[in-house]
Amino acid sequence: MSSQTVHKWQRFSFKEQMARFAVFFGFAVALSVSISTVEVIPEFLYDAHIQAADLLTRMWPMDLAYYPKGIHAAMVETLHIASLGTLLAIGMAIPVGIMGANNIVRIPLLNWLAKLILVSSRSVNSLVWALLFVAIFGPGALAGTVCIGFRSVGFVGKLFAEALEESDPGPIEALTAAGAPWPSIFLKGYWPQVAPSFWGIFLFRWDINVRESAVIGLVGAGGIGMVLDTALNLFYWDRVSVILLSIFAVVVVAEILVTNIRKRII
Amino acid sequence: MINNSKQTAYGDAFKVNWWIRAGWVLVVCYILYAANYLDVSFARFIAGLGNGADFLAEMVPVNFSRWQLLVSNLLETVEIAVIASAFGIFFSLPIGLLAARNLMPSWLTWPARLFIVLCRSFHPVIFAILFVKAVGFGPLAGILTLIFASIGFVGKLFAEAIEEISLKPVEALQASGAPFISVILYAVLPQVQNRFIGFSSYQFDANLRNSTMVGIVGAGGIGGTLFAAFQRFDYDFLAAILLSIIALVMVSEFISLRIKGVFQ
Amino acid sequence: MALDHGLLPFFPLSNFFRNMMSMQNESSGTSVQRSLKIENLVKEYVPGKPILNGISFEVQGTNSVAIIGPSGTGKSTLIRCVNKLIPPTSGNVYVSGENITQLSGTALRKARRKIGMVFQEFNLVERLSVMENVLCGRLGYIAPWRAWLRKYPQEEINRAFELLDAVGLVEFAHQRADSLSGGQRQRVGIARAIIQEPHVLLADEPTSSLDPKTSVEIMELLLELSEERGIPFIINIHDVELAKRYTSRVIGLCGGGIVYDGSPAELSNDNLTEIYGGASWLQ
Repeated sequence: MSSQTVHKWQRFSFKEQMARFAVFFGFAVALSVSISTVEVIPEFLYDAHIQAADLLTRMWPMDLAYYPKGIHAAMVETLHIASLGTLLAIGMAIPVGIMGANNIVRIPLLNWLAKLILVSSRSVNSLVWALLFVAIFGPGALAGTVCIGFRSVGFVGKLFAEALEESDPGPIEALTAAGAPWPSIFLKGYWPQVAPSFWGIFLFRWDINVRESAVIGLVGAGGIGMVLDTALNLFYWDRVSVILLSIFAVVVVAEILVTNIRKRII
Repeated sequence: MINNSKQTAYGDAFKVNWWIRAGWVLVVCYILYAANYLDVSFARFIAGLGNGADFLAEMVPVNFSRWQLLVSNLLETVEIAVIASAFGIFFSLPIGLLAARNLMPSWLTWPARLFIVLCRSFHPVIFAILFVKAVGFGPLAGILTLIFASIGFVGKLFAEAIEEISLKPVEALQASGAPFISVILYAVLPQVQNRFIGFSSYQFDANLRNSTMVGIVGAGGIGGTLFAAFQRFDYDFLAAILLSIIALVMVSEFISLRIKGVFQ
Repeated sequence: MALDHGLLPFFPLSNFFRNMMSMQNESSGTSVQRSLKIENLVKEYVPGKPILNGISFEVQGTNSVAIIGPSGTGKSTLIRCVNKLIPPTSGNVYVSGENITQLSGTALRKARRKIGMVFQEFNLVERLSVMENVLCGRLGYIAPWRAWLRKYPQEEINRAFELLDAVGLVEFAHQRADSLSGGQRQRVGIARAIIQEPHVLLADEPTSSLDPKTSVEIMELLLELSEERGIPFIINIHDVELAKRYTSRVIGLCGGGIVYDGSPAELSNDNLTEIYGGASWLQ
């Protein structure tokens, strides 16, 4: 029953093994070079735990009385910035997304331009966008809203463009064959296919934007970040902890809200 | 005779969905209300655009003369992202596993999930400020910040992915007497492998983007240079910095795509 | 010799000789009689309402037992109590003399290596290859790091290929499990169970997800492999015809107890009515 032939069993072909090895090697090199060249000041590391403990003692007890007068209005403003900013992003994302979908707009230059706009929006951090718009519009919620809008366009637009590119060409073919003009084809052929996912995308991005809106105030773009910035500059750590707690509470509530609504829709 | 109404002998041709109409009306009302609350008016926006034009004018021609500073800071940014991603993803594996409710008892999942939620709820810049206070200025604060941010994102998605697997292979391997780690290796990980690679590479990109920003509060990387340029009104240098950041992110996205191809 | 005296007259002669041959060629090298003994097994999910109420029987050597009964009588529970995937409320299960029910933790895990199980829905790891799935049966015998690096001992790889040959799937060794048909997947599941060199082979409705022709092939394969290797074989099955054709002993469960324990040939319609209740489906 037992044979003398030696069976060889390899999980990956040679080429695959080489590729995997190359990637792992690359990771290892990148990591070791980074660790050796990054400047870490050892003295700071040694007393880090003392500093951390000091920080925690200053943050406790929290100055809860500060909430009503200092925080509440700013929190509401933050939520409005997040919501309005997301809506603005959707408004901007629809034309850019259409321009970037290569089955609708067949001019490669425009596709490329749209993709560039979307990538730039995603690559530049929200704080940097905030700095930019504070310089243009002055400090306040206007800068914050436009910042959130421009920041989210990349995300929403990319998903929108992908959804359009992946949509079923069947109904489009049928409508074109029936002689429908282009706007009607879009409205009745593409839109019904991508619309359901749209609300999910909006909710997902809104959740993230609540978090972002909370911090753009650090550079002056409105919302609770401005309150946080003041407290940090004045070293009122007990107020800082209350602010952080409220941010945490709002983010958690927003997330629970979004998860539950998504369960109902999807 | 042409009847233009939508009504026919059989009833209305199109059924009106009042919920959707109400929804749209609500959205428009909200926009008007919130815009008013925030004092965001079209007039201000147009006025601001005038400023914006001036701004753009000062950014061009783009000034790359201080390119050595730029490159060395960019390098530091990349290093922060690489180290933070490596350690962050490494730690998310056990933490995400501990947070999976279909495999672990609740006394393990609750603390793990709480930790993940804490890491996720705060924007990295808040962590950066706290770490700068704890470990001082410099890249170490940035690295620690992004490690926690990575655990929050990758850990959550990993736990969710594990909770969605089919438990049938797990039952089979337990029935054959395989040790716990082997059960995880053979029955759990292959089912979540692709998704894990997907969000790990997304997190690396996110870390790269975030590491360009933590410098604004002193945690290392190009953010510090960027902020300084703003404050000194060096808008042409600022433009150079922004362009390099965008280029960096595009290049890294391209590389991640290729790496994903190797593993999938 | 595996002579369960009540059943000898019902063995075809060829099986008889094959049994004698396999006992001499037994690859595990032990001369311990492989057996399963279940003693007064009781399982209650709700206290006071036992699903299994004092089940006792024994299977040895090359013998096979089919457990039949309506859905919900606890057939699946019984099978899973054997390897303690479901812990019994009371009673004992002995695999080749070792009491499984008393074990827990690492000792239980090691004991489970001796119990092979084939599942109704195959329970393979879809993304892994056929070969990797078969070798999963040996995970209890090698250290996790070896498993991770796929460093299995050469003799286990040889054995895996032999088993794939025995189930007719050698050409599929490197294909992903989810690219196979249902019958092929079940063959992989069978190879995975047999590679454990088990002392008992359990099968929980292995043919319920398969078409009639494939079901017959799988039954033949299961019986052939278990008899060849002298492994007592217990199968849960709701297709009575298949049970009668292929096994040498039938146990009928009803209301938590055994209401029939004997040869397939003696299984009459009256017995079936007692087990399944209602005569209308027999027509």
